[in-house]
Amino acid sequence: MIIKQLSIFLENRPGTLDAALGVIKDAGVNISALSLADTSEFGLLRIIVDRPDDAKQALRSAGYTSSINEVLSVELQHEVGYLSGIVKKISEAGVNIEYMYAAPSQGNAATMFIKTDDAAKAEAAIG
Amino acid sequence: MIWNETKECMSRDEITTLQGKRLHKLVDRLYHNVEFYRKKMQESGVEPGDIRGIEDITKLPFTTYEDLRNNYPYGLTAVPRSEIVRVQASSGTTGKPKVLCYTRRDIEIWSECVARAMSMAGITRDDIIQVGYGYGLFTGGLGAHYGAENLGAMVIPMSTGNTKKLIDMMIDCEVTAIACTPSYLLHVAEALEEQGLVDRIKLKYAVCGAEPWTDAMRAQIEKRLGIKAYDIYGLTEIMGPGVACDCRFHKGLHIYEDHFLPEIIDPDTLEQKAHGELGELCITTLTKEGMPLLRYRTRDLTSLEYGQCECGRTMARIQRFRGRSDDMLVIRGVNVFPSQVEHALLTVAGTTPNYFITVDRINNNDTFDVAIEVEERFFSDEVKKLEKLRADVESAIHQTVGIKAKVKLVEPNALPHSEGKTKHVEDKRKLS
Repeated sequence: MIIKQLSIFLENRPGTLDAALGVIKDAGVNISALSLADTSEFGLLRIIVDRPDDAKQALRSAGYTSSINEVLSVELQHEVGYLSGIVKKISEAGVNIEYMYAAPSQGNAATMFIKTDDAAKAEAAIG
Repeated sequence: MIWNETKECMSRDEITTLQGKRLHKLVDRLYHNVEFYRKKMQESGVEPGDIRGIEDITKLPFTTYEDLRNNYPYGLTAVPRSEIVRVQASSGTTGKPKVLCYTRRDIEIWSECVARAMSMAGITRDDIIQVGYGYGLFTGGLGAHYGAENLGAMVIPMSTGNTKKLIDMMIDCEVTAIACTPSYLLHVAEALEEQGLVDRIKLKYAVCGAEPWTDAMRAQIEKRLGIKAYDIYGLTEIMGPGVACDCRFHKGLHIYEDHFLPEIIDPDTLEQKAHGELGELCITTLTKEGMPLLRYRTRDLTSLEYGQCECGRTMARIQRFRGRSDDMLVIRGVNVFPSQVEHALLTVAGTTPNYFITVDRINNNDTFDVAIEVEERFFSDEVKKLEKLRADVESAIHQTVGIKAKVKLVEPNALPHSEGKTKHVEDKRKLS
């Protein structure tokens, strides 16, 4: 399933993540998954939330740069080789994976969020 | 030693008379050979005949670097193109450089002025001098080179970029003098200290310029290397290095008034200031043939001291520089305008995002940091795209300005927002 992800630009120094999460909390938006990429000078906070447009609006008012992008959300079965199978299908479709991260979902399973250079093609590939 | 005592020690009356004569001739040449000046003079209702002495200079129009840019590249030349034997250039405020043209005679006079400056520093034909300025369009390398050759010294054209080789040759060839930027010389001093080689050098003199420096830096250079260091001033528009230099009494930089007529003006009213008052330095090139400049506004703020120096020279002395009347920065010896950085940002980002330039001097090296606020239109959720943006901006700045900046992406509102240009820059170096 293709879903919306919110990405936020943060400087890599104490307090920036705290402040940004505060804005999202104050907007009453719930975060269900999160990934934080870092470089020496800046970080990218990527989150899956219940109301991405509202969160983006709140962040913009608070002076943050953010964007909404599409990522592939895949429910993973808790069995050996399941993830490998998914990635193989995407790779065989000639689609490049930029980054991915996982969050727990109901029961014993997990959800994987995959950013590719072609979400629709990747979705079709994994069927 | 005084290289040209007849000229450098003339009485004030003799200087004024010579300048008056040369100014009259210059104005006559410009009026007849350069359309730009003829028009400007006609607009101000001045004719060559009105200029009989230097007191008449206030009737003449000023020249600015905008004029150089607008007449790029040959618009201000006063001789047929076949008379030009050399072109030098320095970076302009936006894309185009400022191009300057020299006749054979101009090169001779330049060499004379640099020889005077080097003599003032004690350098003679018996010295071996390394020129550690860049050779090329920048006036530093070739200017110092020709001057040192004119002096009769042995010249080693090192150029820039290879400190190890410079140190090897300094020791092996028994180098006694060096011409380079003061911050580079401190860098060389550090390298010599690290390798325990300070005792092995034969260096006695340094003629340093192309960037502002302080007495504290001079003291450091002299102490760490056990040499004498002198300040040489110049700017490409006027000629290059050698417009003025300080003598061993360090009471200001003697400007070679037989070739350059200095004035101090109020940068706002453009009125001439009284002797000794602080203002903007303007220079008229009295003897230049290729591209003479009339009352060129250097934007350097200083004052002039007249009266004979203890060294015996009578040429006026430019006092400590107090900054600029524009927003130009000199970073690693290179002129940098914030507008150039804006121009570079524009080419990469489409419009200019909010930015802030921080210049500092750390371990005697100038740092040049540019922070850019990340706006939504060039934001990406992918690290590689943001890293590419940063690299593209760095490369655009390098191409426009000529030196490398360290670019940092910051959050919106992280930088001061302001109307004026000056709020885009902080120069933390303590130079005046």
